[in-house]
Amino acid sequence: MAEVTLTIDGIKVTVPKGTSVLDAARKVGIIIPTLCYDPELSKPGACRMCVVEIPGIRNLPASCATEAADGMVVHTASPAVLKARKINLELLLSNHPSDCLHCHKSGECRLQQYAYDYGADFGAFEGEKHRYPIEDDNPFIVRDLNKCIMCGNCVRMCEEIQGNSAICVAYRGFDAKVMPALDTPLSAIATSNCVFCGNCVAVCPTGALTEKQMLGQGRRWEVKKVRTTCPYCGVGCTFDLNVKNGKVIGVTSTDGEVNGRTLCVKGRFGAGFIHHPDRLKTPLIKKNGEFVEATWDEAISLVAEKLGGLKQKYGPDSIGVLSSARCTNEENYLLSKLTRAVIGTNNIDHCARL
Amino acid sequence: MTNSIQEISDADFILAVGTNTFDTHPIVGIQVKKAVRKGATLAVVDPRRTDVARLSKYHLQIQPGTDIALFNGIAHVIIEEGLLNKQFIEERTENFEALKDTIAGYTPEYVAEITGVPAETIRKVARGYALAKSSTILYTMGVTQHVCGSHNVLAITNLTLLTGQIGKLSSGVNPLRGQNNVQGACDMGALPNVFSGYQPVNVEANRAKFCASWHVSELPDKPGLTVGEIFDEAGKGIKGIYIMGENPVLSDPDANHVVRALKVLEFLVVQDIFLTETAQLADVVLPGASFAEKDGTFSNTERRVQRVRKAIEPIGNNKPDWEIICLVAEAMGYPMSYSSPGDIMAEIATVTPSYGGISFARLEESGLQWPCPTPEHPGTKFLHAGKFTRGLGKFHAIEHIPPNEVPDQEYPFVLSTGRRRYHYHTGTMTHRTGAMEVFYPMEYLEINEFDAEKLGIFDGDRVRVASRRGQVEVAARVTNTITPGMVFTSFQYPDVPINKLTNPARDPISKIPEYKVCAVKLEKVG
Repeated sequence: MAEVTLTIDGIKVTVPKGTSVLDAARKVGIIIPTLCYDPELSKPGACRMCVVEIPGIRNLPASCATEAADGMVVHTASPAVLKARKINLELLLSNHPSDCLHCHKSGECRLQQYAYDYGADFGAFEGEKHRYPIEDDNPFIVRDLNKCIMCGNCVRMCEEIQGNSAICVAYRGFDAKVMPALDTPLSAIATSNCVFCGNCVAVCPTGALTEKQMLGQGRRWEVKKVRTTCPYCGVGCTFDLNVKNGKVIGVTSTDGEVNGRTLCVKGRFGAGFIHHPDRLKTPLIKKNGEFVEATWDEAISLVAEKLGGLKQKYGPDSIGVLSSARCTNEENYLLSKLTRAVIGTNNIDHCARL
Repeated sequence: MTNSIQEISDADFILAVGTNTFDTHPIVGIQVKKAVRKGATLAVVDPRRTDVARLSKYHLQIQPGTDIALFNGIAHVIIEEGLLNKQFIEERTENFEALKDTIAGYTPEYVAEITGVPAETIRKVARGYALAKSSTILYTMGVTQHVCGSHNVLAITNLTLLTGQIGKLSSGVNPLRGQNNVQGACDMGALPNVFSGYQPVNVEANRAKFCASWHVSELPDKPGLTVGEIFDEAGKGIKGIYIMGENPVLSDPDANHVVRALKVLEFLVVQDIFLTETAQLADVVLPGASFAEKDGTFSNTERRVQRVRKAIEPIGNNKPDWEIICLVAEAMGYPMSYSSPGDIMAEIATVTPSYGGISFARLEESGLQWPCPTPEHPGTKFLHAGKFTRGLGKFHAIEHIPPNEVPDQEYPFVLSTGRRRYHYHTGTMTHRTGAMEVFYPMEYLEINEFDAEKLGIFDGDRVRVASRRGQVEVAARVTNTITPGMVFTSFQYPDVPINKLTNPARDPISKIPEYKVCAVKLEKVG
């Protein structure tokens, strides 16, 4: 494949022809800020955060949508670039709620981060502000369009990866907004093609889209993320459990081998069972038809005594064991070992047949 | 799966059989949609017009229980029109002549009569499947949930052997499994006839190996009972049952029979995270830990072993299930102790050739797809490249087998069951998330609009559905997505325990019950 060599901030870099300036810069560790850029999605060049200065090119081009060319010289942090980015940010902030103090996305919001990086203020420009009602009529996703910066990531994720095209940008200019068909809520089954996978939430750079269950449950920096495997179907998606003070408060995307950042409604929003009050919390022994709480010693001794008794009285094949397609490999292995080596029967099966 | 999930999007032809993938395996669904966007042809075999069927070029809306006839018909066209891969058949298969004889009678016209699929559609799908550069077959467990389930799968496999659409990228037979670790439970020997890694218990060398590893003098050599047989034998040969993390009262066919079986036992111990319908019948309940509360591994449907990581301490006084099993073993006089699940995996690797190279240290970097026999082995992306496990791929000559129970005057409808997007299995978890059950609180029965009109049933009416084994009441949803004569619902709602109705008649080889077809009658309530 043909290659091109260009110079970015004084560093020479060689990349395959067709590579964007943004990706070429990342290759040598120069991180250009972006809001609408996503490596897996098409490149609309909409947010203008990634602008760079390239002598010979008029204006400041968006580096995500500019192809690297042989001999090209690129300045990613020239005074003109920094000034343009700051003005861009201040224009976005002029129509953005100043509620970072209690915004759920605070600490993980790219707009907030860049405002800090570039010293951008809320009050630099005065103008009209949106007053959209917050949409929270479904149990999964809260949409606050007042915080939407029109990067379009959610629309492209839904169309290009999830493949549902449930939302699109409607209207023009200041009135432009992201919405399902006919401006109905996401949960309007008759008109909305939304399946609540929440993959839009995973790519939203601001607080416009958030996981409803996690609202008010913890600031982003208080949350520990534990990478693990989804407990639902057999696909085996990887995700991060979000943990605060020993409690799972929700699930967020990571970069899974099978699923990338995508998840389905159950994987992303189905972790509430972990702390449900119905969870068993102690061993139970049935006495006179009623369950009575027991210690582990009592329960385990009784199980061992009863299983041992049956084995002695009727032989090991009088006992059947059902293992679990829900438990881990290690647990299934041990239950097979218990059944075969300790009880002494091959009467073990699980719901693979069901 | 013979292939990996990520390979699906590169297939040129996808034959999706009885899989409502967008609801049941949405992340696989994403791959299917991607393939279609890239120009792949999608053919869907399903009695229901599902969302996947809507996306397809060919929807083969077959009568439930006629899969073998359909696949024989496709095979017939492949042979008749010379679309077969002669070199592949010569070099890598056997028994072709037997297949050829059997399917000679399965002309598309004859098959159309049995299945309801137009003959011309069968021809087009056969051509598309055979001639595509890479064709992949996806199916979910419904295909196997017939008295002829094993034969359904063999009939599907015949197509791959005829065309050589197997053993290469994006081409193969890909069952999409329903539970997070159903693959792993099988791999680990939670089956009556094999140790971990599918090593038969009736082979002496296998028993000798496990005796040495497990420090016992002997192990039983007779294959044990399957789940259905265990319930059939309850109170007779079976006196006690130990159930870990399953809810057969809702999940197994003919639920009333299961309840009776569990009640006649001398002893029932259930280990679970909730007091399920099954746990309520137990003598002792042991509280286990959810996936968030323990370390370990799951093996997904593409044989990928991946880490499960402990995020929080077990709820209440609970213990991880592996610790509970060790405690029971110790109390029965057998020393069983491990410092961590990583230790257990180390032992698994020593006795399980396909997991021989898998360790927690390696899994920290990435998942590994078995077979992974040595610590240097990178894992196996797709199976059967160059050679099948048994050597030559065998054609199976199979005749159409009708369902065990077919509609009659008294029970004129066919009931089929499945899953909903917002719920999971028996709903023990998804009815307690604070989200799924809020959005999708109540189950309904899908009924064709013409049948509904005849019976005077309107959307939302309560109907009583009854089979020879039991009955439930449920709200009706009048629809045109299923054919007349068929009704459909899920088994995921405790208040609609539909498995009271389903037929426990089993496939003689796999012992899988016929969930997908039973005869029922409908009656409007009130």
